[in-house]
Amino acid sequence: MTPSITLRMPHALPPEHRERLLRVAREVGFRQGARLFEEGGHADRFWIVRDGTVALDMHVPGHPTPVIETLGEGDLVGWSWLFEPYVWQLGARAQTPVRAYEFDAVAVRLMCDDDAEFGREIGRWVGRVLSHRLNAARARLVDLYGTSTSGGVR
Amino acid sequence: MTAVPVPYLVVDRRRETEESVTLRLEPVAEALDDFAPGQFAMVHCFGRGEIPLSVSSVQTTGGLAHTIRNVGAVSDGLCAARVGDLLGLRGPYGTSWELDRARGRDVLVVAGGIGLAPLRPLILSALAEPEAYGRVSVLVGARTPGDLIAREEIESWPTAYTRVMVDWPDKEWRGDVGVVTQLLGRAPFDPAGTWAFVCGPEPMIRATARELADRGVPKERIRVSLERNMRCATGHCGHCQLGPLLVCRDGPVAGWDVAEPLLSVREL
Repeated sequence: MTPSITLRMPHALPPEHRERLLRVAREVGFRQGARLFEEGGHADRFWIVRDGTVALDMHVPGHPTPVIETLGEGDLVGWSWLFEPYVWQLGARAQTPVRAYEFDAVAVRLMCDDDAEFGREIGRWVGRVLSHRLNAARARLVDLYGTSTSGGVR
Repeated sequence: MTAVPVPYLVVDRRRETEESVTLRLEPVAEALDDFAPGQFAMVHCFGRGEIPLSVSSVQTTGGLAHTIRNVGAVSDGLCAARVGDLLGLRGPYGTSWELDRARGRDVLVVAGGIGLAPLRPLILSALAEPEAYGRVSVLVGARTPGDLIAREEIESWPTAYTRVMVDWPDKEWRGDVGVVTQLLGRAPFDPAGTWAFVCGPEPMIRATARELADRGVPKERIRVSLERNMRCATGHCGHCQLGPLLVCRDGPVAGWDVAEPLLSVREL
């Protein structure tokens, strides 16, 4: 069993804004291994994962492309679409078959410009996602599992 | 309970990772009292000393299992033990996970690295009575795929949701990448009606418990396992003191409502 988008989204956006956003969503699917976007490309779309896993990766010259993070059900894929210069900071690949809601970034940005309250809520939502991912990245920097001792009393 | 180590025979030895093994033990004569998941034994390696180890398996025969990571002289001796070797055990000591308090509720298990070992009997107990609990979810995090224990067994558990996440994947890894706290947003549980059981290094426990509390799980229902330097295991020597707690007696398992303020104090 996996948590549904409808369960997850209330934590992200108020219902009226969530429904408004979902009205412009398009249901899409990606086969395993398909690229959603490439690092350095124009960020003209974003996605919310319904099923499956998306791997974010980074190009390292002369080395295999390392996976930085994986995103799953209910996760937002892509935030570069909201901030100039609208350029993807990482690449993304479907690690498994993926079903997602796809959004046209230009259309959503125009909706944000037209309705300040909607725009504020979208900004807060993406900000919370970014904050969460920044905290996760910091936790990985300090090596969350690195201070374990004998495996003793725990 | 006895203060004198009771002889146990190593009847099986399984390598879990490059630096950890699981030993299955059977009593030579009389067995110690039954252990509850979360409790620990003082395990004596003859000629080296003894260390506290939580049980990673409890059998009806009086046998039990410990998963040990090789990080010091005693754990090195235990990891080197072979089938047929004798060890000394005393116990059971400390508090248990108290899984029974979660009856009728969702059960969320979050483990970091070898911290899965003390949670394993709790998971098996919950899965053995599927009608007694709500959704059982298991989230496992580790630094690398090589640090994961019980990998095949994890996949066989009939939970509502099981995910394994590593910080640093290798070339073969096809699973999730990130920190285990990122899985909390994906697991199916009702925060207000959930009991969470968390075990791993303390930084991982803190990060996980804080996020669970932020998501609405009552702090007293977030059960964490603490680790301190234990010697006597009977609450007399004070080596394991953590503020007002003697972890060997008042722990190792405690509610986050009790543990959080103690783990927030610098140099405590």
